[in-house]
Amino acid sequence: MAASEDTATTRPRTLFEKIWDNHVVHHEPNRQTLLYIDLQLVHEVTSPQAFEQLRIEGRRVRRPELTVATPDHNVPTSDRSLPIADEIARTQIDTLRSNCREFGVRIYDLQDPEQGIVHIIGPELGLTQPGMTIVCGDSHTSTHGAFGALAFGIGTSEVQHVLATQTLRQFKPKTCEICVEGALARGVSAKDLVLYIIGQLTSAGGTGYILEFTGSAVRSLSMEQRMTVCNMAIEAGARGGLIAPDEITYEYLRGREFAPEDFESALERWRQLPTDEGAVYDRVERYCAGDIEPQVTWGTNPGQVLSVLDRVPDPDATEREEDRKAAAAAIEYMALKPGVPLTDIEIDRVFIGSCTNGRIEDLRAAAAVVSGYRVADRVGAMVVPGSGPVKRQAEQEGLDNIFRQSGFDWREPGCSMCLAMNPDKLEPGERCASTSNRNFEGRQGKGGRTHLVSPAMAAAAAIKGHFVDIRDWNYRDGVESASPASATDKT
Amino acid sequence: MRAFTQHTGLVAAMDRSNVDTDQIIPKQFLKRIERTGFGAFLFFDWRFLEDGTPNPEFELNCPDLEGASILLARQNFGCGSSREHAPWALDDYGFRILIAPSFADIFYNNCFQNGLLPIVLDAEVIEDLFTRANTYPGYTLSVQLAENLILDDHGLKQSFEIDPFRKHCLLHGLDDIALTLEHAERIAAYEAARGMPALSESGESN
Repeated sequence: MAASEDTATTRPRTLFEKIWDNHVVHHEPNRQTLLYIDLQLVHEVTSPQAFEQLRIEGRRVRRPELTVATPDHNVPTSDRSLPIADEIARTQIDTLRSNCREFGVRIYDLQDPEQGIVHIIGPELGLTQPGMTIVCGDSHTSTHGAFGALAFGIGTSEVQHVLATQTLRQFKPKTCEICVEGALARGVSAKDLVLYIIGQLTSAGGTGYILEFTGSAVRSLSMEQRMTVCNMAIEAGARGGLIAPDEITYEYLRGREFAPEDFESALERWRQLPTDEGAVYDRVERYCAGDIEPQVTWGTNPGQVLSVLDRVPDPDATEREEDRKAAAAAIEYMALKPGVPLTDIEIDRVFIGSCTNGRIEDLRAAAAVVSGYRVADRVGAMVVPGSGPVKRQAEQEGLDNIFRQSGFDWREPGCSMCLAMNPDKLEPGERCASTSNRNFEGRQGKGGRTHLVSPAMAAAAAIKGHFVDIRDWNYRDGVESASPASATDKT
Repeated sequence: MRAFTQHTGLVAAMDRSNVDTDQIIPKQFLKRIERTGFGAFLFFDWRFLEDGTPNPEFELNCPDLEGASILLARQNFGCGSSREHAPWALDDYGFRILIAPSFADIFYNNCFQNGLLPIVLDAEVIEDLFTRANTYPGYTLSVQLAENLILDDHGLKQSFEIDPFRKHCLLHGLDDIALTLEHAERIAAYEAARGMPALSESGESN
């Protein structure tokens, strides 16, 4: 590629460096690099002001064909044939629709069969591909890094910048290899892996870095599990997450709607991307997959996480004063007591869904747990598929019936109670086992208390009414979901 | 973009770490399609009680801090969601400068897009500023961007680091898109090298 020749050298490079070099439009020393953006994903919440400013400044969208929109954040997950009751939400979704029409941007609208959470439909449609630069006005854009794409969240001013110029001004982030060797124990999922890593790094530990996840534990993950891992890279403060593309990636992409027509020559290019032998990362962290147990967050940021077998920590045992204060405030907000086993924590609600865990393998894992059981009396539980295709696939497999028979609500796709912008939210004081990505104060509804867990852990908590160690679960009907990569549907 | 050269203002100290953008501007206010008017909702869930009255326990509701324009904060300020509504709300409320030992990446970037100055200082310096803010009633700071200097009325003279180009853009209120479009030919050349069809008209602005 011509643009990369200035910067490409023969020295070994990391995956990140190769993608970066391939996208440099212009670089001056000590300044931000002007980086070409291959794909911008757009949703209703962070785009209206960007389009409005384009109008004010008389600019157009430079490359509408590299821009794809869908409404997801505040869409209701109830009956889609009814008008949206929330007038302001409706206005925002109407605004996205009219902006897309005016600027020539393709939109997967509410009634489209492909509509869903933007980070779920990008990969499903085959829009997300190795080696790309992908941005979206949403921090969980890091999800797409699972394909070996440099993907990160941006603010609305930058959304406008990319719309107008198809480029972004960026300082080069540092690289951090997160190497996880070994095999995850049975019942320990990609969610547990990434929560464990965030716990080790802390919620700010990755700031300024792109995390590249490597090692045998990562290589053996399916595409969907890899997306779960990269999705939460931002929760360690990282700019993004990356996993090198391999046969699992290529197999996932083959045959998808927007996969390259000349797939073989794309494969040739993609096979050049993985980090070269001898390339140097700015930082390296190593973990052993065998150390990872099912995780439960106890606090109000995703770094405040422990094994399900642990107890609520004692803030006074924390060394740094600032951390002690943060832990004490979190425990107070969460209405917990130091020393209480996490398995003793009773829950009121369960949310299974989100861009972290709203894909078909997540729903299979949860359905396998609840099959043959009933949701505990005290618990209200809901499943929100991440997209239209995920919902249809689940229904074909009969997962919706398993969930319904167990007492779960089966909803329409969207972000839903991950951020509670739509009517799905916690009441003050309610405690939720959630497969989403943030346990911030009030994230799922003002006064609500969120514990982040894997889909299987959330499902088991729904049945028992409190957290349990999923490794001890008695699967009643059928077999435990093995979530093989090859089972991924390509509707 | 609004330029930033120097500013003197009242300091509000917020002794909480990991303040996320969900707290700065809760989700129920993100449905608005405007860029202005978010100040009334800043820190809404902390700032107001259930009945809508100001929460007397919340830092910014202290009568002495009315009109504060400099926010002194703890580590990882602005973490979480990429919502630019967070700096919009801080700006609309009246803040011009944020000082913390560290900021989350996307938030930090978003501040510069809106003429807000985020200043990173060592933890010990932050600790000292917290002490000063708690010691001196009506504690004010003066920040001179051109000199990279922070001053107070009690002998403080503290320098800070900021990327020179970002500083240049702030000082002159430069617009990122206009700057980038100075490279329109380079963008077109990059696209041509990749075999992309040329744009039908001169391109970016018509």
